[in-house]
Amino acid sequence: MAVPKRKMSRSNTRHRRSQWKAAVTPLVACERCHEPKQQHIACPSCGTYNKRQVLEV
Amino acid sequence: MPKPTKGARLGGSAAHEKLLLANLAKSLFEHGRITTTEAKARRLRPVAERLITKAKKGDIHNRRLVLQQITDKSVVHTLFTEIAPRYENRPGGYTRITKIGNRRGDNAPMAVIELVEALTVAQQATGEAEAATKRAVKEAEAKAEATEAVEDAAPAEESKEA
Repeated sequence: MAVPKRKMSRSNTRHRRSQWKAAVTPLVACERCHEPKQQHIACPSCGTYNKRQVLEV
Repeated sequence: MPKPTKGARLGGSAAHEKLLLANLAKSLFEHGRITTTEAKARRLRPVAERLITKAKKGDIHNRRLVLQQITDKSVVHTLFTEIAPRYENRPGGYTRITKIGNRRGDNAPMAVIELVEALTVAQQATGEAEAATKRAVKEAEAKAEATEAVEDAAPAEESKEA
């Protein structure tokens, strides 16, 4: 079985992990209630999409 | 010939997918709108719309074809007597899928699939007008192409003679 020959340095580990980031979800204002919501998805606060009620709130 | 669906089936096997989609279609016709995962909604849409197309024809043969998939007779009855007449003037597109974000627990993207409302008189008129203009444009293009072809052919013959 292939195994690492050397211990990975703290520096290398930390450099690798410095690229390990979470992306910010792009949000837009809801047309109806102006709360932030995801594009192309029904608004979770007022439950509308394209001014049509989709979810019960 | 219809192209077979590529990739994994919903639920693991072809038989399971068939049952699952039939049950989803049954629930959709029973309740008018259902909340499910986006993948299931996208797979359900063509299945449900084909059933509605059969219901619009309304004869006993089509009713038996629908009963092969949906075995609940009362649901098939509502499909034929209430849902199908609503879409008399609608040329397909009987369902609407709206994404509603990810589910808590497994983060699966969820969607609402619903039967759309009947066309209003105004919508029907605009639809017919759009279709008519499309047809007119197509015919005009075809005519233009035909005349161009004739014009192209004529000079070529002349050059050969010269």
